[in-house]
Amino acid sequence: MLAIISNVLRGTASRNGARVVVSARTYADFTPQASFDIKKCDVHKLEEGPPLQAVLTREEGLQYYRTMQTMRRMELKSDQLYKQKIIRGFCHLYDGQEACAVGIEAGINLTDHLITAYRAHGYTLTRGGTVREIMAELTGRRGGIAKGKGGSMHMYTKHFYGGNGIVGAQVPLGAGVALACKYLGKNELCVCLYGDGAANQGQIFETYNMASLWKLPCIFICENNKYGMGTSVERAAASTDYFKRGDFIPGLRVDGMDVLCVREATKFAAEHCRSGKGPILMELQTYRYHGHSMSDPGISYRTREEIQEVRSKSDPISMLKDRMLSNNMASVEELKEIDVEVRKEIEDAAQFATTDPEPPLDDLLRGTNPWTKLKSVS
Amino acid sequence: MAATRLFLRASPVKCSLTGLTGGVHSSLGSTLLKLSPACTAKPQAQRRHAAHFTFHPEPAPSQYESRATNPPLTFTGTEIEEQVFIADTHCMNVSAGPTQKMNLFQSVTSALDNTLAGDPTAVIFGEDVAFGGVFRCTVGLRDKYGKDRVFNTPLCEQGIVGFGIGAAAAGATAIAEIQFADYIYPAFDQIVNEAAKYRYRSGNMFDCGKLTIRAPWGCVGHGSIYHSQCPEAFFTHCPGIKIVVPRGPVQAKGLLLSCIADQNPCIFFEPKILYRAAVEQVPTEAYQIPLSQAEVLQEGSDLTLVAWGTQVHVLKEVAAMAQEKLGVSCELIDLRTILPWDTETVCKSVVKTGRLLISHEAPVTGGFAAEISSTVQEECFLNLEAPISRVCGYDTPFPHIFEPFYIPDKWKCFEAVKRMINY
Repeated sequence: MLAIISNVLRGTASRNGARVVVSARTYADFTPQASFDIKKCDVHKLEEGPPLQAVLTREEGLQYYRTMQTMRRMELKSDQLYKQKIIRGFCHLYDGQEACAVGIEAGINLTDHLITAYRAHGYTLTRGGTVREIMAELTGRRGGIAKGKGGSMHMYTKHFYGGNGIVGAQVPLGAGVALACKYLGKNELCVCLYGDGAANQGQIFETYNMASLWKLPCIFICENNKYGMGTSVERAAASTDYFKRGDFIPGLRVDGMDVLCVREATKFAAEHCRSGKGPILMELQTYRYHGHSMSDPGISYRTREEIQEVRSKSDPISMLKDRMLSNNMASVEELKEIDVEVRKEIEDAAQFATTDPEPPLDDLLRGTNPWTKLKSVS
Repeated sequence: MAATRLFLRASPVKCSLTGLTGGVHSSLGSTLLKLSPACTAKPQAQRRHAAHFTFHPEPAPSQYESRATNPPLTFTGTEIEEQVFIADTHCMNVSAGPTQKMNLFQSVTSALDNTLAGDPTAVIFGEDVAFGGVFRCTVGLRDKYGKDRVFNTPLCEQGIVGFGIGAAAAGATAIAEIQFADYIYPAFDQIVNEAAKYRYRSGNMFDCGKLTIRAPWGCVGHGSIYHSQCPEAFFTHCPGIKIVVPRGPVQAKGLLLSCIADQNPCIFFEPKILYRAAVEQVPTEAYQIPLSQAEVLQEGSDLTLVAWGTQVHVLKEVAAMAQEKLGVSCELIDLRTILPWDTETVCKSVVKTGRLLISHEAPVTGGFAAEISSTVQEECFLNLEAPISRVCGYDTPFPHIFEPFYIPDKWKCFEAVKRMINY
């Protein structure tokens, strides 16, 4: 009986052209969408903030879940590969902060621009990179997204400007991209991310000034994960209200562990920029489970209990899962299936990343001046 | 899971599982992998454990000699007589005293410990120095001397150096740490425009001679673009500062203490690959090694080798290889102070041998080897038997995966030696 219903549903779905995720056992009574209360955002120099309610459809929910789960598993796999010394160099993992990347992407278009610092794996994925390319880049193979020459910190896709190693240096670049957006008149904007440590760099303030003066369509986002490497925000910043640091730039403080909160705030901010009001600043309060990089155990400046607490109370993937299950928007089996698929995808990608050959030696020259006869011995 | 992987590694079985290590390390796996012809590295070589040099510790010195330092550089302009540099104080013969086994970062800690103990105005600051630093160079100092003398700064290199210049100008012995030499560029303006020119532009009324900037420097095997750079060449173009690079723990402590004592702003680059790899018996008391004096590590008659930092150890091996395989006797010089450098020692050596090879990790174009080469050919032109050779890094950003090809290892240097001998 159920099989007949599911077949009928599948038939209608494909005829209507709607892309409905149909699991093996389709229940006819999944809630197609639900409205959720989200945390109010603190505002700075704004009359009102983003709405207090967010509508989530089933498709969106499953898509966010899949993307966040992919991100999470990809980071954990990278951790494994690093410990096996298959990935070397520096590796800054993004797990715990998935809601930021997914929420931001949900609030903007793929044609908008984004630039971030070195904790870039998540953004590479949301901006169009595939897990295979990302992992091959981590292992330094030719199948990597930067042909194996960039590594963890230097991943790029169309409209994603990386992946930058020097802390804070990417923010003026982002303002430049925003200027190009304004100049070319395609109604695009630039999302410019940096961390709580970088918020104390001088160039950030120079950028605030330029962006505000010229009303650039730039969303500055400070991903405040409470620790700049090993230094907690209280010990590094005279003012930990990062959303107010833009002074003359309006600001929002957003719960970065809730993907819906991030999405609504990003939509609000995007609207602000696209209407020509100039830049806006968002502080996403988030948390990273791993240490700063793979050489940092992450427990010398914070307690295991703290990490465990955040994991149990505010994990972004769990929050989304609970929301969807309690509103009957998905079934446990369905989500488990997604987990299995994601796991397989990551395993395939890891296999590819390990077996793909390294870039050829000719690539040493590519990207630099091709007319210089490269020599190292005079 | 780990046990399974171990089993897979041991058995030459085609792994149909996603056994990642099995695919890479089993001999059968290497034939299954379609390695491209250009990828010449064997699967085992993908594990890049071996450094490109071996560190040979030197015996602890029993005393230090010094001679009169080079005359200070003076600006030979028409009206301005102020010196750009203040001359080094003459170091007496110092007996070494009790020694302790230390690696490079411990010798730096020891030097800083001596400084904080002896100089009540000394302060150390930088990113993460309070807990000991990312390379453990300042471990224990905060507990010993207090949090007003060893403190963290926020993430702002320009701010750190600017702050250091001010503190030094006001009379504190300021020791600023830049977390990696690659991050020194935001502070470039402060160093070049403010620190280097302070004494000069104020007519000797103010100076920031009490400023010392320390930064980890050089390739480390997996550092890639932003954790492996050697920026000394950028700063050598700037009169008014001193640049020093040690090759081991004993040298590091002595040179760092000299930099701190020196009345000019100094940049002290510490080769990060040697932090743990270099272990020597280092005197626990304070001692100074004079600046602007190069050291001849090995006397020779056929060829002069000049390097600084890690590269000195590479050239040590090259000298051994040259002796063994070519019968060539090489004179090895560690430059130690890059600016102002010891022209006398190098030129005297080249006059004796007639051939010079300079090697550094920084890119060849505009690297400091070019300056040495130019000066030596001016001074010793008629003594040269072969063109001066520079074996350096390529003119590319410091690569991630291509590092073993990029660095001027002993084979490249040996080739250059061969060419020069047969010129």
